[in-house]
Amino acid sequence: MSLLDGLEIGQIVAERTVHLTRDSLVRYAGASGDFNPIHYRDDVAAQVGLPGVLAHGMLTMGVAVQPVIDWADARGWVSDYQVRFTRPVVVDPALGADLTITAKVAAVDDDAARIDLTVTYGDQTVLGKAQVRVTTLA
Amino acid sequence: MNPELTERAFTPTAPYLVGREKVREFARAVLATAPLHHDPEAARAAGFADVVAPPTFPIVIAEATLQQLLAEPDAGIDFSRVVHGDQRFSYSRPIVAGDELTATLRVTSIKTLGGNSMVTSESAMTDAAGAHVVTSISTLVIRGDES
Repeated sequence: MSLLDGLEIGQIVAERTVHLTRDSLVRYAGASGDFNPIHYRDDVAAQVGLPGVLAHGMLTMGVAVQPVIDWADARGWVSDYQVRFTRPVVVDPALGADLTITAKVAAVDDDAARIDLTVTYGDQTVLGKAQVRVTTLA
Repeated sequence: MNPELTERAFTPTAPYLVGREKVREFARAVLATAPLHHDPEAARAAGFADVVAPPTFPIVIAEATLQQLLAEPDAGIDFSRVVHGDQRFSYSRPIVAGDELTATLRVTSIKTLGGNSMVTSESAMTDAAGAHVVTSISTLVIRGDES
């Protein structure tokens, strides 16, 4: 069945809560090459006036699209993906941080769908204008 | 910020060879568990030559162009004041292991707003045949001096 069959505007295609820990941040630093110490050192984060060690914005962006990829399940690929970073995600050393991701259909055309993401941490959204274009695989 | 940066031509970066294990490592880091990112057979079954990189993978390659931007002696960018404002990836085709990608940086806009500067730049990435694969578009916000 094609990815786009029966897809309706407003339909939620995926919902997930993801748990990030300090380990996730260290792993992402290594994989991405972004070793800014605000993502793993409490003393440096405090020194520059942050409320704590923050997740990399690009980690949040990278994680947030995964429910869409799992939904597409090799029937489509992400041809465009954009976000605005609106609020930092503070990752507690013991408790970590939970991100809740909701993916909703915003538009459908001949060969692609636009899926909009809502990503919340606590009760606040952390990404704005988070839009994924999924193009069907022929 | 030097507004003339938007006129500047930057040298294309040295080719970046996308490795299968690097794709897997990056996929694990962004909790990408789909078989396409890890299993070459699953990728081939979906019509790809090898494992497919997660959508945000080009940020690894864009790092080289970010360094070019920061290294411009007259750019006036203090990295400790930089915050990532927004990010976009626009693809012509997915990145797969084995691709050799070259990135060319272009600064598209510089704006000043309430003491902060916003620099938008694009890194256009092409494969070994010279065909476009993806463009990474980033806006960096450089916080001004706080009073």
